[in-house]
Amino acid sequence: MDKKATRESYGEALVALAEKRNDLVVLDADLAAATKTGIFKKAYPDRFFDCGIAEANMMGVAAGIATTGKLVFASTFAMFAAGRAYEIVRNSIGYPHLNVKIGATHAGISVGEDGASHQCNEDIALMRTIPGMTVINPADDVEAKAAVMTMADYEGPTYLRFGRLAAPIFNDPATYKFEVGKGIQLRKGDDVTIIATGLMVAQALAAASELSDMGINADVINIHTIKPIDKDIIINSAKRTGNVITVEEHSIIGGLGSAVCEVLSENYPTKVTRIGVMDVFGHSGPAPKLLEEFGLCSENIINTVKKVLGK
Amino acid sequence: MDAMIKRQLERTAAKVRLGIIEGVYNAKSGHPGGSLSIADTLTYLYFARMNIDPKDPQMPERDRLVLSKGHTAPALYSVLANRGFFPVEELKTLRHIDSRLQGHPVRNKIPGVDMSTGSLGQGISAACGMALSGKLSNDYYRVYAILGDGEIEEGQVWEAAMFAAHYQLDNLCIVVDNNGLQIDGKIKDVMSPYPIDEKFKAFGWNVVCIDGHDFDAIEKAFDSAERALNHPTAIIQKSIKGKGVSFMEDQVSWHGTAPNEEQYNQAKAELEEQLAKLS
Repeated sequence: MDKKATRESYGEALVALAEKRNDLVVLDADLAAATKTGIFKKAYPDRFFDCGIAEANMMGVAAGIATTGKLVFASTFAMFAAGRAYEIVRNSIGYPHLNVKIGATHAGISVGEDGASHQCNEDIALMRTIPGMTVINPADDVEAKAAVMTMADYEGPTYLRFGRLAAPIFNDPATYKFEVGKGIQLRKGDDVTIIATGLMVAQALAAASELSDMGINADVINIHTIKPIDKDIIINSAKRTGNVITVEEHSIIGGLGSAVCEVLSENYPTKVTRIGVMDVFGHSGPAPKLLEEFGLCSENIINTVKKVLGK
Repeated sequence: MDAMIKRQLERTAAKVRLGIIEGVYNAKSGHPGGSLSIADTLTYLYFARMNIDPKDPQMPERDRLVLSKGHTAPALYSVLANRGFFPVEELKTLRHIDSRLQGHPVRNKIPGVDMSTGSLGQGISAACGMALSGKLSNDYYRVYAILGDGEIEEGQVWEAAMFAAHYQLDNLCIVVDNNGLQIDGKIKDVMSPYPIDEKFKAFGWNVVCIDGHDFDAIEKAFDSAERALNHPTAIIQKSIKGKGVSFMEDQVSWHGTAPNEEQYNQAKAELEEQLAKLS
């Protein structure tokens, strides 16, 4: 299977978008080479503005540009977009409900060698609490590009989460359709529901395939839009399987797992088991090794499913 | 400045101050001190300088103003109301539960408010974005931002100061309302931002220092801003917190306190007397 980091998809999608939208402006905070907005900068230097290492100001500038009606993407690492600039995103973008797209890259533990200071496992939790903020976490190249193109036409603040690590491309660009707020049923099964997001969707699919060989049929759901979340797909699956596992490259507090628990406990109480970063900081190391160590891999999903089902 | 125009502006500023007192008194909370210190400059901008139309608050080519020191919303609301964006009578609903006049400005609710503010240090960044956007599409509107002198203790202000100079945003002009007081005391005692003028000069700005209660000086400062090619302008205005109400002047206790009935009556009487003298 081909692989590509969703940050790369993001940079390429911005170039494609610029061909359609001559009001597109892209901002970065001295990380264009890493966030891949550098691809856009090279193609459209007049519409790219580096804000320097000043994320708070960048988010405010993005807000100001949005008040004039232009389409603006602001990019930096998830740690600084959602973390450092949280209150600016909340008050200057969220509160006035401005049409700013935040392209946050290097989310999660798969940042790798840079270590815990840069491994943001809290961004979904933070962004999800801002009223009116849409939160998107694409799983692969196809989904990431589709998300950028779709959200460009959607009016309102949006947080888009991209990764550093090359991710398997499992979606078919010919048939894939991105609908904001709609989960995608990737596999049907009646024994257990596996709900995954971002980088973990491919792992969930791999786990489901192996589980099927063991006679366990898993429902696999890709939740690319964490907010607003697709309640129906979650409730309907839980009704069929009675057992839900969530998988995310994010803290188990406040992210996909929490969102799924909120939906189910209010609508159809079901046992939910969360796989994610277990309320700890990460550390340096190669991304694939870290993902294994923190249980963000198909093996841990399989073991968790077996344990939950008592098999 | 023409003497007639000046007198008219002074009259309007007195009405604006009455509106501030009316709002804060009826709200039983709010920030009169910094509202009164910026009242003259805001009056000048909305009545003599800015290209705006109260009948078309969203006019694309309008000049923009961001009240970065958002807690002085009573001043902005009073200016907007007196300029005809909404009824002056509505000022009495300031901070009330069913009012659109929120404690701090909100762009979606109140006609004439270009940006939601209140969390200090953020408005100047939004103003930079508006100015950059204007440059990008060759729109010739100007962007103004009003900052408090305590507000510039926020680091984001200096991120924005660097940005505005770097991108040569000469369509941007900020006013630093240097009334010398912040909640915890004198700014020089709490966390001195002095020398303010030298700091902005070092950041590459055109800097003008004026008396913020002198309409001639105010006008000259904004003229200077329009002439300063390739540089944003910072007008550092010396002002008096609580200006126009004798017992509020230069008193830190009036930063965020509403007058009681007796104080309200006295403030109103003083401002009405000033208004009468000017007619």
